[in-house]
Amino acid sequence: MSGKVITITSGKGGVGKTTASANIGAALADLGYKVVCIDADIGLRNLDVVMGLENRIVYDLVDVVEGRCKLRQAMIRDKRLNELYLIPAAQTRDKSAVSPADMRRVCDELRKEHDYIVIDSPAGIERGFQNAIAPADQVIIVTNPEVSAVRDADRIIGMVEAEEKGPAQLVINRINLEMVERGDMLAAADVLELLAVDLIGLVPDDQDVIVSTNRGTPIALDNKSRTGEAFRNIARRITGEDDVPFVAMENSNGFLGRISKLIRSGN
Amino acid sequence: MKSFSDRILGKRSSADDAKERLRLLLVHDRTTLPPGKMEALRDELISVISRHIEVDRANVQIEMTQDGRSQRLLADIPLKTVVRRGE
Ligand SMILES: Nc1ncnc2c1ncn2[C@@H]1O[C@H](COP(=O)(O)OP(=O)(O)OP(=O)(O)O)[C@@H](O)[C@H]1O
Ligand SMILES: [Mg+2]
Repeated sequence: MSGKVITITSGKGGVGKTTASANIGAALADLGYKVVCIDADIGLRNLDVVMGLENRIVYDLVDVVEGRCKLRQAMIRDKRLNELYLIPAAQTRDKSAVSPADMRRVCDELRKEHDYIVIDSPAGIERGFQNAIAPADQVIIVTNPEVSAVRDADRIIGMVEAEEKGPAQLVINRINLEMVERGDMLAAADVLELLAVDLIGLVPDDQDVIVSTNRGTPIALDNKSRTGEAFRNIARRITGEDDVPFVAMENSNGFLGRISKLIRSGN
Repeated sequence: MKSFSDRILGKRSSADDAKERLRLLLVHDRTTLPPGKMEALRDELISVISRHIEVDRANVQIEMTQDGRSQRLLADIPLKTVVRRGE
């Protein structure tokens, strides 16, 4: 087996990378794939709490890299899904404790027995970002429909291309359809036109994301949630399924028309 | 692209503002030319070209445009028509 490494990153902080990583990882595992999520945000670990696994951490990524434990020992199995694992970040170290070569080595090892390795990257353009994209086969950029997040996404897309890890794919997170309809939020079609990049997901702004994070249960596992469906659809697109609908726009005619046009034109 | 409310009220929405500002912002972010330097570039270009050929200075237009993820500097430089007198 040779698994695929998917890195979730962004320019601006706080746009939803960790939320997306936890949900995409859970959704892929729910589809029956073997998945490992890696928290590459050394010093600011968060993926453990979003996945609800914080109480089971013994070893972390830096312990693996520095040889204090075997890779297997740092992999925490999910409570709900048998084939979902987390390798947590170290909390008391900084990004220089891990190098891009370390990340490549760890991922090459994981690829042998897993279908997908999902890496939660820190925001920004420094060492942490370099670490996170070094092993990537596919890079997903998360942004929000808002001026500074789009601007920073553009910068990161350029860097991903410069590292020859492109073409990057975009998740637009926290879309508020009411605001889009009254002309107070950039529509997905506008963001795509500006960034000239492929789209892989549209996720609504939804308070239930915070509720599910409070509980440590990714919303992707809630079959009744539309936001959960948005994340499940991203997972399906990652697996290569074609024609997966974009749920974030189902309520809006004008918006739907515009976006589906863009998607059909094979942006 | 105009929003629905924009179309009925004939008003520019804040999303339209955001889009227009981003369009300009990204074009400059992707190059090494800060927005405030466009004027200087325009003036220098005119002076270089004027050394060789007479330019209609007032109507020169220089702009950055986006073509996918690559940028293009478009210069439209009208020339002065020379009235040739009889041989
Ligand atoms: N679709 C959404 N709807 C509502 N809230 C969201 C959504 N996505 C993320 N959030 C909230 O936004 C906040 C930031 O999300 P998250 O931690 O995933 O961002 P991040 O990009 O990983 O941040 P950082 O750059 O600090 O690592 C969290 O409180 C999260 O619950
Ligand atoms: Mg994060």
